Amino acid sequence: MTSYLLRGVSVLGAASQDLALVDGRISDKLPADAEIIDAAGLVALPGLVDLHTHLREPGREDAETVETGSRSAALGGYTAVFAMANTSPVADTAGVVEQVWRLGREAGLVDVQPIGAVTVGLAGKQLAELGAMASSAANVRIFSDDGHCVADPRLMRRALEYVKAFDGIIAQHAEEPRLTEGAQMHEGEVSTRLGLTGWPAVAEEAIIARDVLLAEHVGSRLHVCHVSTAGSVEVLRQAKARGVRVTAEVTPHHLLLTDELAASYDPVYKVNPPLRTASDVEALRAALVEGVIDIVATDHAPHATEDKECEWAYARPGMVGLETALPVVLSVLGDRWDLIAERMSRTPARIAGLTGHGTDLNVGDPANLTLVDPSARRVVDPSELASRSRNTPYAGTTLPGRIVATFLRGEPTVLDGKAVK
Amino acid sequence: MASPRADAPSKIILSASDLQRVVDRIAHQILEKTSGATGTVLLGIPTRGAPLAQRLAARIHAFEGIDVPVGSLDITLYRDDLRLQATRALGKTELPGGGIDGRRVVLVDDVLFSGRTVRAALDALKDEGRPSSVQLAVLVDRGHRELPIRADYVGKNIPTSLSESVRVSLTEIDGLDEVKLTGGDL
Amino acid sequence: MIKHLRSAADLDAATATLILDTAGEMAALAGREVKKLPTLRGRTVVNLFYEDSTRTRISFEAAAKRLSADVINFSAKGSSVSKGESLKDTALTLQAMGADAVVIRHPASGAPHRLAAWVDGSVVNAGDGTHEHPTQALLDAYTMRSRLGRLDGLRVAIVGDVLHSRVARSNVLLLTTLGAQVTLVGPPTLIPVDIAAALSPQTKVSYDLDSVLPDMDVVMMLRVQTERMQDSYFPSSREYSRRYGLDLARMRKLPEHAIVMHPGPMNRGMEITPEVADSSRSTIVEQVANGVSARMAVLYLLLGGKA
Repeated sequence: MTSYLLRGVSVLGAASQDLALVDGRISDKLPADAEIIDAAGLVALPGLVDLHTHLREPGREDAETVETGSRSAALGGYTAVFAMANTSPVADTAGVVEQVWRLGREAGLVDVQPIGAVTVGLAGKQLAELGAMASSAANVRIFSDDGHCVADPRLMRRALEYVKAFDGIIAQHAEEPRLTEGAQMHEGEVSTRLGLTGWPAVAEEAIIARDVLLAEHVGSRLHVCHVSTAGSVEVLRQAKARGVRVTAEVTPHHLLLTDELAASYDPVYKVNPPLRTASDVEALRAALVEGVIDIVATDHAPHATEDKECEWAYARPGMVGLETALPVVLSVLGDRWDLIAERMSRTPARIAGLTGHGTDLNVGDPANLTLVDPSARRVVDPSELASRSRNTPYAGTTLPGRIVATFLRGEPTVLDGKAVK
Repeated sequence: MASPRADAPSKIILSASDLQRVVDRIAHQILEKTSGATGTVLLGIPTRGAPLAQRLAARIHAFEGIDVPVGSLDITLYRDDLRLQATRALGKTELPGGGIDGRRVVLVDDVLFSGRTVRAALDALKDEGRPSSVQLAVLVDRGHRELPIRADYVGKNIPTSLSESVRVSLTEIDGLDEVKLTGGDL
Repeated sequence: MIKHLRSAADLDAATATLILDTAGEMAALAGREVKKLPTLRGRTVVNLFYEDSTRTRISFEAAAKRLSADVINFSAKGSSVSKGESLKDTALTLQAMGADAVVIRHPASGAPHRLAAWVDGSVVNAGDGTHEHPTQALLDAYTMRSRLGRLDGLRVAIVGDVLHSRVARSNVLLLTTLGAQVTLVGPPTLIPVDIAAALSPQTKVSYDLDSVLPDMDVVMMLRVQTERMQDSYFPSSREYSRRYGLDLARMRKLPEHAIVMHPGPMNRGMEITPEVADSSRSTIVEQVANGVSARMAVLYLLLGGKA
């Protein structure tokens, strides 16, 4: 395989150096035939890891496929993504998770790690065969009914307990369904003005509070998906202080956008959980810096045009996010490269037990990394996205940073800002 | 019609006293031509036709002690040029008690120009009732008719060019009485 | 001049007053034998109704026809819409038909906003979900002004299911713009806590109808659907009408001159008793007649000038 020499690269913002990628690993030797890449002015980050991606295959290949989603991820600087289980059929059996895993391998652009459903058909009634998925070729460790909350407290307790046998983790979509029936956007001034049914913050906070108590009670690990409110941050802060083994993610859009955007009634801003208020955004940013929120996860949710070019209430919730995640986080955190690596690569890899990703880019580590031009600024153009869908809320927005190259085990998946395949 | 610039040359055509004399004369002519204003109704076309009709009624009363029914007829909703400019606010339509059926209606306006306003007024009148006859009284006739319409009573004929503009001011609306010609090569 | 009427918030005080004044002229013309006016000849108005609302559709149809516009009624029932055609595709069809205005009634809040992005013509909101119904607010304001002579300083109570009421939202916005003082009354479950912050900070909220009535010039009763009971917004129809229904005893607490309004259709016996609905203080029938005048005024102001 080809060896690469990244000339003049700044690893995590440190002084520029040369970095050799040999036989899929970071090396201190340099073969004479290495291909030289001028990386002056570029920052190397460990390849990003997304614990929350919707790849839509099988079932909605018109919105995204494992291949197009993988390409989108690579262009966003990712080397591993975790594919959510709400496909059709649902990824609730070893068969389906292995299919997704194999499709990921075939695409070969990022490591696609399937997430298994907690309950059969995401119906919240009966546990799926979690153990079978864990011991399948896909080696599933994260289980989630994302899109739906595991609302039944007894079922949630059982799930938390059961996955301890194979060091699994339940990733909860925290939404008390009885408090969000028909909900369309954040419940508050804006929803009252717009006449859209509110999604109250308490519907998220109540479930997180319950689940941290359950996790504490049974001594299990809990991961909270897409935390969106200031109140949730406080619940998490208290739980962590008590030593509960809970981790949490926040999406890039919840770090940047607010519910005021719904005033256009353009469903490109419809997402679940919904965009919240400016004070929530502020609390989430602070929590991410502080570590109360452990990671950034995209909740990349591609949707076909007809599911978004319609009335707000009829539109599907969700936004694409893989290709804009790092630029959004850069605009929020600035060039705190080590913090970015921690929140977008190392910690998500650690939560998932994913080896080979989220390294410190030391000699001998697998060469999973991405190169970012921090000085570039780009206007988001939906038509340029590699995702099969166009539902980005950032159309026309100027964001900092450009992903120049991404390497998966020493092989480039992105070069000069373009996918290699 | 292009409106002339504010600093365009202007000429006073009728002073306040001229205007008063002209109104008096029209009032006399109406009395003459309508056998003492019997069965006659004066309808002013807003904006400035409405106070003119009131003045004519007042003068007729002063001269002969006769109370001529007077009202106003807004023609905005009947205009044929609505789509040429931004939506116009409506004026008042107030028909005198007893209506217009079988009566002689004298339409009153400030300036007779293309004749389109009068055409619209005739259309509006047709929807209000069936007068026995319709006459037209104007303070100024500036020519340039685009329709076969002529006035029965004219305060003053003013030959104008199309680039000129006739501006009628009335105390009731503008705070002073005067008729001015602006623009063109004065 | 405004292009669309999607929300009562599209209207500033001057424009709203102009519409009410115009509605007054239209109402005067409605008294004559020939009611038709040539004003909108050659203009096409489409009534795009995704919800059954015969009274609102007929009101808009009468308004457009009195102004000589060509009217196309496009009802969601039995049309391509029920076959799953999207609002956008329908919009493009209307666009191709040369609609100068689309009057839209839709169960989804914000549908008129979406539609306005897809058609060149004017969009008039005839009720969207639980959002707004601005022409209803205009006819209500017109009715108040003609009965009581003014809007500025008028004290208006809007009583009932404010949470789900598009009539309430539009009325709060419009009446506040025109200087009236609005008090929203109902059980706390049906009055969003942030309603004043959301619509206009001057708006007051009360949970006690009896204490509010003596100070009011207008009391507007909203329709309360009995289905709300199933969602526990209130325990029973009986308890609701006892606490928030307008009966003769409560009506007597109003000042002598005060009027009683209802946007219809009424739930007689629920939010209003038949004696109150049929009393001389009730403007319910007038509201219907004023609806045509107010909608004529809106169509004239949107379509009666240069596009």
